[in-house]
Amino acid sequence: MTTEAELAIAVSGLTKRFGDRTVVDSFDMEVPKGAIYGFLGPNGSGKTTTIRMMCGLLIPDGGSGQCLGYDILTEPQQIKEHVGYMTQRFSLYEDLTIRENLDFMARMYRMKDRRSKVQKALADLGLSDRADQLAGTLSGGWKQRLSLAACLLHDPQLLLLDEPTAGVDPKARRDFWDEIRRLSAAGVTVLVSTHYMDEAIQCDYIAYIAYGKKLISGPAREIPRIIGLTTWRVEGPEISKLEAELRRTEGVDQVARFGAVLHVSGTNAKALDRVAAEQQKRKTHKWQKKDAELEEAFIYLMAGATDNFLTPAVPG
Amino acid sequence: MNLFSFARFGAVLFKEFVQMRRDRVTFGMMIGIPIMQLLLFGFAINSDPKHLPTLVEMADDGPIARAVVMGMQTSDYFDFIGIVTSQQEGDRALREGSANFVLVVPPNFERDVVRGLNPDILLSADASDPAAASGAVAAMSGIIDTAIADVLTGPLQYTAGAPPPFSITVHRQYNAEGKTSTNIVPGLLAIILSMTMVMITAVAIVRETEKGTMEALIATPVRPAEVMLGKIIPYVLVGYVQTFVFLIAARFLFDVPFIGSRLAFFLGFNLYIIVNLALGFLISTVAKSQMQAMQISFFTLLPTILLSGFMFPFAGMPGWAQVIGTTIPATHFLRLTRKVMLKGAALPDISGDMLAISIIMLVVVVIALRRYRQTLD
Repeated sequence: MTTEAELAIAVSGLTKRFGDRTVVDSFDMEVPKGAIYGFLGPNGSGKTTTIRMMCGLLIPDGGSGQCLGYDILTEPQQIKEHVGYMTQRFSLYEDLTIRENLDFMARMYRMKDRRSKVQKALADLGLSDRADQLAGTLSGGWKQRLSLAACLLHDPQLLLLDEPTAGVDPKARRDFWDEIRRLSAAGVTVLVSTHYMDEAIQCDYIAYIAYGKKLISGPAREIPRIIGLTTWRVEGPEISKLEAELRRTEGVDQVARFGAVLHVSGTNAKALDRVAAEQQKRKTHKWQKKDAELEEAFIYLMAGATDNFLTPAVPG
Repeated sequence: MNLFSFARFGAVLFKEFVQMRRDRVTFGMMIGIPIMQLLLFGFAINSDPKHLPTLVEMADDGPIARAVVMGMQTSDYFDFIGIVTSQQEGDRALREGSANFVLVVPPNFERDVVRGLNPDILLSADASDPAAASGAVAAMSGIIDTAIADVLTGPLQYTAGAPPPFSITVHRQYNAEGKTSTNIVPGLLAIILSMTMVMITAVAIVRETEKGTMEALIATPVRPAEVMLGKIIPYVLVGYVQTFVFLIAARFLFDVPFIGSRLAFFLGFNLYIIVNLALGFLISTVAKSQMQAMQISFFTLLPTILLSGFMFPFAGMPGWAQVIGTTIPATHFLRLTRKVMLKGAALPDISGDMLAISIIMLVVVVIALRRYRQTLD
């Protein structure tokens, strides 16, 4: 067990209702200091709302907790001083220049050595020579890097990233994650919500949320075991045909294809082992039992999830 | 065949109707604005106003004077609301705007008529709004002729049918030449400030939420008051610039005098700017997009122009329209500006208007703050 002092976030029973719709329902979470904590779940499952409650933007209807040692109900102001929150949408001013945006954010935190901090941020970004360009003219990847730079200006101890890489190209995403890991190594705690498997597998901890309820959480390594997945690795000719057949087979919950290899998984180990034994008799393919990994767990979680919008997203 | 596809055209048509129905504010505006215009132009506006409040100073209440008063009353143009005993009292009522006319019957009027001295009855008119005064003034001679026909008996029999044995002098106060611009220009300030202040504030605030920048902003330690003040003060300055330019133009372009207290004007227009910003703030809590903020602002502008007394005389409107007009800040600021600029009013003369604007502001601020709390979540 981790003690209170080692936790960046500890919340319990967090509940939020919008009208008669419960968006987040008795949510518990413990994020150890310095960890990269992945927050998974389908669209509309309440990830954004939960993050907003943790940094004092929304007041929960129920539950309690602390963030960086400050009470989320009574001390949102102190939390905001030490948290960097990167919103899902680009939320800097498109009609201000890059430098003006960074300078504005620095002033929000009343930073003393503002000018040099902004200058350094610009240099780190590699944007020194484009500092006077309007932020709105930047590409998606650059906007995201600028947003991250803006919420790092005040050296936050905790970073809350709400789907930070949505709509960003793979190269920029990899660079972004290099930066996240560097920050984590420097002691910054990171809570990041994501839809992407390649991001999920970089996390130290994972929590999965659906319909406002947390279904699974734990260290990333243990997630497959927590779900109870058994996985077989299958190799051989005419793999597509076999894939289609296995999808229809009882006892098989999931068939994931990695190139010419299938990862066949199921939560009922006995049933899946029977399927494997049956298939091995044919001797057409090579069946090999393997440890279920986070990839399989991620696909399993995401496949079972449908978008969680109870009401259609149409106004009126 | 391929030049025009009715299937594709139909699809665009259908899609447009669906979108029109979804955007309730726009839809409401399309239906609401014409209905509002119809009602206001059809029922509320009257360019030949009647029942104008009139005071009378009777230094002589003989039968002829009484007949004149009776005749004016039955003409429907004048509503006698009281008696004054001195010229100062009458002047104050005109300046404050509580009366549009003061009728002064001189001492020994009856005796002078009998003696054939052709005495003068004075009708002091508040001509700062020429449209309000002109109809009534024009009707005066006809009113007099009918009214006195019955009382011209005995020694005065011989005057019947001839011009009356006394004259009416109309004294057009505050705008002797009856220039429309003298009235319109001071009123215009109320409209200009209302139009820009309300709309700009609403749009500026909604822009932050619509673009998503508000979220990043409130995730910083910034306090709501810092955001609100920081966002609103620049527009207060815009209001100052507008007023300054306006005053220069009024003086040198339109030759409109400014004879009242500058302090009274300064206090009044600051109060008015604040009430408009509060209104813009209130609209921003209702509107979901900048477009909606513009539309709602425009919707409030219509009654501001039509019912405030800016384009049409306030006194000429029916009671219900006057009640609505009283709830509009521009109505009071318009009176305040005309009083100060044209009638030389000082602070005590405009205290009623200031009070009215303050009350409206209080109501708007309370509603806006209540709504603001809800929309924070």
